[in-house]
Amino acid sequence: MTDFDTTKIASDLEKVVVAPVSSLIASDHKYDNGESIDLLWVPSIDDRLVNGKVIGYKVYRIEDGGEPQMIAELASGSNAYNDQSVERGKLYSYFVSALSSSAETPSTKTASIEPQKEWLNFKLINVLIIALVLGGAVIYFIETARRGKKLFVRKIAGLEAVDDAIGRATEMGRPILFIPGILDMDDVQTLAALTILGRVARMIADYDTKIFMPVSRSLVMTAARETIKASYQAAGRPDAYSDDAVTYVTDEQFGYVAAVDGIMVREKPATCFLLGAFFAESLILAETGNSVGAIQIAGTARPAQLPFFIAACDFTLIGEELFAASAYLSDEPKQLGSLKGQDVGKAIAMIAILIGVLTVTIGEVWNVGWIQSITTKLMEMFSTK
Amino acid sequence: MKRRIPLIITFLIGTILIFSFFIPPMKNLEQTSTLFFDVIAVFAFFLGGGNLLRVHINKLRRRRKDWGFSSVTLIGFFVTLAAGLFKIANPGGIAASPTTEGALLQEIFTYVLVPLQSTMYALLAFFVASASYRAFRAKNREATILLLAAFVILLGRTPFGMMLTSWMPDSLSVFQVPNLAIWVMNSPNLAGQRAIMIGIGLGVISMSLRLILGIERTYLGEEGA
Repeated sequence: MTDFDTTKIASDLEKVVVAPVSSLIASDHKYDNGESIDLLWVPSIDDRLVNGKVIGYKVYRIEDGGEPQMIAELASGSNAYNDQSVERGKLYSYFVSALSSSAETPSTKTASIEPQKEWLNFKLINVLIIALVLGGAVIYFIETARRGKKLFVRKIAGLEAVDDAIGRATEMGRPILFIPGILDMDDVQTLAALTILGRVARMIADYDTKIFMPVSRSLVMTAARETIKASYQAAGRPDAYSDDAVTYVTDEQFGYVAAVDGIMVREKPATCFLLGAFFAESLILAETGNSVGAIQIAGTARPAQLPFFIAACDFTLIGEELFAASAYLSDEPKQLGSLKGQDVGKAIAMIAILIGVLTVTIGEVWNVGWIQSITTKLMEMFSTK
Repeated sequence: MKRRIPLIITFLIGTILIFSFFIPPMKNLEQTSTLFFDVIAVFAFFLGGGNLLRVHINKLRRRRKDWGFSSVTLIGFFVTLAAGLFKIANPGGIAASPTTEGALLQEIFTYVLVPLQSTMYALLAFFVASASYRAFRAKNREATILLLAAFVILLGRTPFGMMLTSWMPDSLSVFQVPNLAIWVMNSPNLAGQRAIMIGIGLGVISMSLRLILGIERTYLGEEGA
């Protein structure tokens, strides 16, 4: 006669066993370097019922026929998981367990897959085409300008004022303050600021005006020194250059602001250039510059800071004008040609916006299906998702 | 050669970063180039620190104008450096992190740096008031429109704005001040911001191409090619 473990049977009877998940599919994640796998399943029937007993799911992975390892625990209602910790060239098998408050029911089948890499992200093909058109337009106009064709570039008030601002400082015998934003050399706004610095420094070297340039990044300090030094050399006055023109202060945002405000109040610059990436410090710097009576030329590609500069500075380079400044100041045909290329991008944007507004309006008012599909296609065309 | 090498590096890294956006196997190269920048930036930090010391020690030694500020900077620099380096007053000893509660470095951060930062940030409130006063003077048509828009938004964000127009029937709710404020923010304001963003995007593409193709060289201390 067999002895039954009555305690175990009672315990098993008390366990709440739920139905397993079904239709588990593992597929290679599209358009990546073979670094992730997508899992999809139909949730347990007990999860789909009102007041279902499923409290969650556990995802298990078997790597190259080894032992199963739990890799994720998901909430009830989940039906997908993206495993991003896989390596190319290995075979992975998966199963998913449905969890109740006291038991775990694994899926009846496992799903296996080996991750693959793709050579081109076809999801971004629309972006690639737009980038090629824009890049092609920029290069075309650079070449056109190189061949000697005259290109019209509209006047930018802020840049027209650069000469006058430097002249004012020279006449007043007061220094110029140049702030290249608070980000490092890997930010394109800082690079734009340094390209403008090159042009400004050339004039400063010609006029023998003093410049202060406190910076918040060491790399910017090094690059700015090189830029100013080259401008002095180009002006034939290398002896007038001093490393002291550019000083490192601190990486700390408000520490930097305190130092620059101090310099403004003590040195009373006649002209302040605030060009580059700015955050909350933009208005503090601009208002202090205003209070010491400096002419201020500011520019940033951060839309949130533009209103502050517009309110507190004499001239503001709005967004793209900051990037156009160097080309504009240089007056070199090749550089101006690149600005002309931007106009093609603007034309594309304007046409797309116009078509978008029309199709959305007509589609909504008259509920025309094919017009609504144009809107969808247009949105997909400019999407990176 | 001094200029050519940076130009080659700029071209290579710029091209890699563009291609890596479209070619998944190149993603790792993108991360590697970004890592290179971080490593260089760390080394450059010593240059920055060295420059800070040189400038302020010279100022102090030569008793130049406002040398007192330089002494404060130097004291702050060395005290903080020593607190972090030697883990002064660290409850966990030399093995524990210098940011442990009670450690001198952490105390400097909490009771000196943070209040000083907050003080500077707080100045913003006063500067917003003075800048607004100048910007919102109705001296021409544009400034008047700006003033009206600002008035509607400021009022719409206060309970008083709600109270002022709450009597309006539902059919006219669009003219209630809070709704007008939302409309100003979501329609004309957002449209303007997006226009600026499109311009910025195109400007970045053009600037990047000038840098990658070596047409723009001013940042290397050289006139354009």
